[in-house]
Amino acid sequence: MKILVPIKRVPDPATTIRVLPDGTGIATDNVKWVINPFCEIAIEEALRIKEKQTGEVILVTVGQSTWQEQLRTGLAMGADRAILVKTDAALDSLAIAKILAKIAGDEKPDLIILGKQAIDDDANQVGQMVAEMLGWPQATFASKIEIAADKISVMREVDGGLETIAFKIPAVITADLRLNEPRYASLPGIMKARKKELKEIAADSLGVDLAPKLKVKTLAAPPKRQGGRKVASAQEMVSLLHTEAKVI
Amino acid sequence: MGDVLIFAEHQGGHFPKSTLTAVHAGLELAKKRGGKAVAVVAGDAPEAAAGEIAKYGVAKVIALAHPALKNYLADAHAQALAALAKKEGAEFVMATATAMGKDLFPRLAARLGAGMASEITAINDDQTFVRPTYAGNVMATVEIDGPIKVLTVRGTAFDAAKPGDGAAPVEKQNAEIDAGALKMEFVSFNATKSDRPQLTEARIIVSGGRGLKAGENFKAVLEPLVDELGAAMGASRAAVDAGFVPNDLQVGQTGKVVAPELYIAVGISGAIQHLAGMKDSKVICAINKDEEAPIFAVADYGLVADLFKAVPEITEEIKKLKHS
Repeated sequence: MKILVPIKRVPDPATTIRVLPDGTGIATDNVKWVINPFCEIAIEEALRIKEKQTGEVILVTVGQSTWQEQLRTGLAMGADRAILVKTDAALDSLAIAKILAKIAGDEKPDLIILGKQAIDDDANQVGQMVAEMLGWPQATFASKIEIAADKISVMREVDGGLETIAFKIPAVITADLRLNEPRYASLPGIMKARKKELKEIAADSLGVDLAPKLKVKTLAAPPKRQGGRKVASAQEMVSLLHTEAKVI
Repeated sequence: MGDVLIFAEHQGGHFPKSTLTAVHAGLELAKKRGGKAVAVVAGDAPEAAAGEIAKYGVAKVIALAHPALKNYLADAHAQALAALAKKEGAEFVMATATAMGKDLFPRLAARLGAGMASEITAINDDQTFVRPTYAGNVMATVEIDGPIKVLTVRGTAFDAAKPGDGAAPVEKQNAEIDAGALKMEFVSFNATKSDRPQLTEARIIVSGGRGLKAGENFKAVLEPLVDELGAAMGASRAAVDAGFVPNDLQVGQTGKVVAPELYIAVGISGAIQHLAGMKDSKVICAINKDEEAPIFAVADYGLVADLFKAVPEITEEIKKLKHS
């Protein structure tokens, strides 16, 4: 099975994020850049499917030259080749989805597996948008994928329980936390990754309208919550909840 | 211009609080943009549910009917809603960012070629919206270009709409769906069985973290407190990842975002992604034996103690309070 895995470069989830004083962005000094954690889960799932039934795992990302680092990490995990769609522009999810749909049109994968959301903009949009643009079925928030012949069933984490849906390939699946535990890149994997194909394509060359419809005007820190008060005992806590906060 | 189409998600004809927050936000947006708010209820026979939501202040309710809308599936719903939004000339299409809203609305936006803002928390007067990014550590002010704009709202950021005296007219429409293009099949839904309130609906939430050490301690230690308070039970990602409790109890950036009147965090350290899911709660209590735990920085009342001793004591104190 041929699987396309779009990934994104984001600040390490443990990083404390600070907004620049002028509200134009976040401070990026001292930020360690990593593969978005949900994208790592998507790569892992694609590798497991490939290991079970042969095939090819192709990574793709849309960003600057530096994003090669994350593609190399994915190749070191075991992906076969990678595509960097190069742009310096700030694209919205719709434009990214158009690019990915175009790449999918060229590569003709059986599956596109990607993370359910990126932990920077928390938009949770690209997978669903690509599915619609390609006219493919979608399964978001996947916690289990079962493949039998050309039929796929996916268990999804939804409000109040677990839903299972089914469809035929080609399809788009977005990974939730519980889908798997991603592997680390091994040393031989890292060595091999250096020789794997990493193709660069200019985003402008794809003939896709990249003008963002969603524009970020400013960023700001959220209002700070006043906390930090300590109580001495369980009795005092309950008493304050009753008499002061009046919530019980 | 300015008309708002609100997708009113229902659970077997019943509208949860999360849907009513989208209605409230939709009414606010329509008022600010000088348009009217129209609710749409989709299903194979949505008329009865449509009559129910008609009491909540909207100008009109559309009962959008089609056999393919019986069970929720993204492709059929996106087709039906996109066609309706165009036909009605809506400028905005919105829903609450529930699991369904999150699944459906980006697909709908792509079908409409529209820009989309996810999980907005405020509607500004200047055509912009506010939405949380970076696990709620950065608030972005965004603008959507184009004749049609797609939004989901964060349920905890808006009040629930309240029923009024009258009821808006209900208009039945048959959904426009190209059945030949539908490729998804509903197989099953396994509901998590619980007699407790749902996380996103509850007035009080008691959440447990890794500090509880084992799944059976959720039962033995946490549940008596949860039930004494009539609360919903939540959990941190660490507790869910460790398999202590099912994943739909997870509160956080990528789980449920909640804002109850009272949130009690037990044995939860307060990772960034957990705080993102609960820091807008009205009152926060934390019980943790590590006095350096980040959860204490956001807690109104923090108790540095061994939870296995403190939680039963709190449960006992609440019992006493009730009987006094």
